[in-house]
Amino acid sequence: MTFLPFARKAGAATLAALLLGAAPGALLAATPADTLVIAAAIDDIVSLDPAEAYEFSGLDVVNNTYDSLVEMDPVTLTPIPGLAESWTVADDGVTYSFKMKAGLTFSSGNPVRAEDAAYSLKRAIKLNKTPAFILNQFGWTADNVDSMITAKDDTLTLVVSKPFAPTFLYNCLTAGVANIVDEVTVSAHDVGGDMGNEWLKNNSAGTGAYTLKSYKPNEGVILEMRPGYWRGDAKIKNIFIQHIPEAATERLQLEKGDIDVARALTPTDIAGLTGNKDVAIQQDVGGQVYYLAFNQKNENYKNAKFLDAMRWAIDYQGMADTIMKGAVIPHQSFLPQGYLGALDDLPYKLDIEKAKALLAESGIKDPKVSLSVRNAADRMDVAQSIQNTFGQAGITVELKVGEGAEQLKDYRARLHDATLQTWGPDYPDPNTNSSTFAENPDNSDAAKATGYLAWRNAYDPGAMTAASQAAVMERDPDKRKAMYEEIEKTHRDTSPFILMFQQARNTGLRTTVKDFYTGGAVDLGASYWLATK
Amino acid sequence: MAELSDTPAHTPAALRFLKQTANTLLSLLITFTGLLAVTFVIARIVPIDPVMSIIGERATDVQIAAVRAKLGLDDPLWQQFAIYVNDVFHGDLGLSIRTRDPVLSEIGRYFPATLELSTLGILIGILIGIPAGVLGATKPGSFRDQIVRLIGLMGYSMPVFWLGLMGLLLFYGHLGWVGGPGRLDSVYDMMYDMKVTPITHMILIDTALAGEWDMFRNALSHIILPASILGYLSMAYISRMTRSFMMNELGQEYITTARVKGMPERRVIWVHAMRNVAVPLITVIALSYANLLEGAVLTETIFAWPGLGRYITDALLVADMPAVLGGTIVVGAVYIGINMFSDFLYRLADPRAK
Repeated sequence: MTFLPFARKAGAATLAALLLGAAPGALLAATPADTLVIAAAIDDIVSLDPAEAYEFSGLDVVNNTYDSLVEMDPVTLTPIPGLAESWTVADDGVTYSFKMKAGLTFSSGNPVRAEDAAYSLKRAIKLNKTPAFILNQFGWTADNVDSMITAKDDTLTLVVSKPFAPTFLYNCLTAGVANIVDEVTVSAHDVGGDMGNEWLKNNSAGTGAYTLKSYKPNEGVILEMRPGYWRGDAKIKNIFIQHIPEAATERLQLEKGDIDVARALTPTDIAGLTGNKDVAIQQDVGGQVYYLAFNQKNENYKNAKFLDAMRWAIDYQGMADTIMKGAVIPHQSFLPQGYLGALDDLPYKLDIEKAKALLAESGIKDPKVSLSVRNAADRMDVAQSIQNTFGQAGITVELKVGEGAEQLKDYRARLHDATLQTWGPDYPDPNTNSSTFAENPDNSDAAKATGYLAWRNAYDPGAMTAASQAAVMERDPDKRKAMYEEIEKTHRDTSPFILMFQQARNTGLRTTVKDFYTGGAVDLGASYWLATK
Repeated sequence: MAELSDTPAHTPAALRFLKQTANTLLSLLITFTGLLAVTFVIARIVPIDPVMSIIGERATDVQIAAVRAKLGLDDPLWQQFAIYVNDVFHGDLGLSIRTRDPVLSEIGRYFPATLELSTLGILIGILIGIPAGVLGATKPGSFRDQIVRLIGLMGYSMPVFWLGLMGLLLFYGHLGWVGGPGRLDSVYDMMYDMKVTPITHMILIDTALAGEWDMFRNALSHIILPASILGYLSMAYISRMTRSFMMNELGQEYITTARVKGMPERRVIWVHAMRNVAVPLITVIALSYANLLEGAVLTETIFAWPGLGRYITDALLVADMPAVLGGTIVVGAVYIGINMFSDFLYRLADPRAK
């Protein structure tokens, strides 16, 4: 026992070290008053250059550091004038003139000119990063863009290839890729003709309410407010977005007050947080839709009665309430809530008897569905519920579980039988989903039109292709809305797609935090400058 | 390297040293290339397509083909491997597919965080594990021995993520004794780059060098819980092994002789027996340390710790193979390094191995 004193000493020293470290930590639990601390999973960020950012976390940052000609109002979620004060479209339907607001400056202090706007759009086209396709839709390519996008005095002139619906252009101009950068600053950081792309990964050169102070991949983003923002100064001086992917950890930190906002909470954490008087749960919708798709290479899926039987054999509400625990809301048309022309009614519900009757009418005996599902817990739960209710209606479902990217490969090659998938809109215009769900100009295998979900399911939407193409050209916004509603109805009742849910977003906030806007389904980025705490 | 003692006595010392160095280098080279080959092949046969993970759903086949060509994925496998090995031996681990930053500089940022955490963890493991093992060995079967074994067994069998979450809930959530996840409180985290020049990228050392003692204490309050949890895991192993080595030694005749000569028990255990226990224990500690360095993934996830384990896992999930390979190579190199170091210590501790 003579060695005990030594052990005791070692133990005491360890304990002392523990306490020494621990004491000050306990004193500093609250977040700084001038900083909004947001916990989120930000490992999706590829770049913070607006011409390249195309992931949720990247777009959140870009939305607060840059502005575009047309902006999305974070509260009403409708398009409003951004850096352009007003705009007109000529009678030819292809020439747009944007008059720039006077007296605005970039964070560098440089004035915002029409030349900057022209440079920024041309830059996005020439860099040709992932989101460039949003602008390519208007016929702009690296070769022609210099003549189609021009600036003179305070006016930017955009010439588009066809007389598109003006709302289509305006909506697309609210997307992150159309943000305006400071030409003088960005050009000064050009390395090997990259138009400052590398530099903008870690720096910002915009007009936004905040400037990018620091970005460390997989660690965090720090934004600093800049005085004199044209929409009014940001209420909170600093934004600190911390990479905390683990939901249970976020929840604990939110309860402790070490973070102000938690953005990666799971439904389980949300349930656990209800009743905590220091924490509020803010609910809104996101843009993602969940759907089932059936490959019409299988003749069964061309049978209208059979498709109808399946639509009545799904427990939409039950799944949303139980399995998904509030992470989705039932939604049955391809345009998410909040989009121009979105249909929010729910004509289908679980009705096994009706499904059985329709199946009998279809003439298909003992049908079998091989459903591909990716190996994520919530997807599996949904698939099993469908397997169960389809089974009650007399349709046998075999689940094919696999890794997401692999299944996507099969899906793009039309090798699946049926699949459970999600789709997120690319830009805030109905054409984003309408073109992919309801258009398929060439249904042949050789076309390899993998960008069209209709093609992936060997589905020829018939007249809907033309109707959707006409809707993107319709110049009257009301008529355009009505056209999409019509397409959605037809699509909902006849296509081999069954739209089931729209993503619901649950954000955990300390109750002191007010006016935190996530952007909902339409604005593809959160707005921090209105938030207070 | 014990077999080198067989070298004939007439070999000049310089030649022997050269031979020894050449042997070491050769075995290093073989181990390293083997590591590269295995990792490379595994990386290529996993059914994740790196192109699909970086390019959007909307991409056309032409765009996909262009990216494949750019990444060199269409070249024959052996050619891809040859290029890769050549680059690695020139100190180039390539660019991360996802971030397009050099993998080497990314690892330079993440690895020190892991190193710091694991080193503190192993120190805690040693400081508690060895005395606990000795405590058990001196009175096997006694109540305190049972306690030591029980605590050890719990460290063996409890999943680390559960331990981590419970630790957070208790010491951070309820008691408020320690800092939460992350390396610093957000207020310090934001000031960090302005006040501290990253020299070692280890937060405790860098803050101390900068004389930022408030920040140092805050960092300590954040690292202490994850380090203690890692320390607990290694403590479980170290105490068990110490106990068994020590019991073995205490049964030896030289111990009985020492006791008969009237030597104080403290000296018998901590000087005579410990000298012999230390030899195998070095290997145990080295292995345990290497395990912490590569195996802290779950701890790093729960504690939002920006370390290498999490870096490799994140990269693997998006099929960012240059990052995965780079991380694996660094872990492998460290593993080899620790083994060589423990060999060196082994020779110091055991005169027979000289």
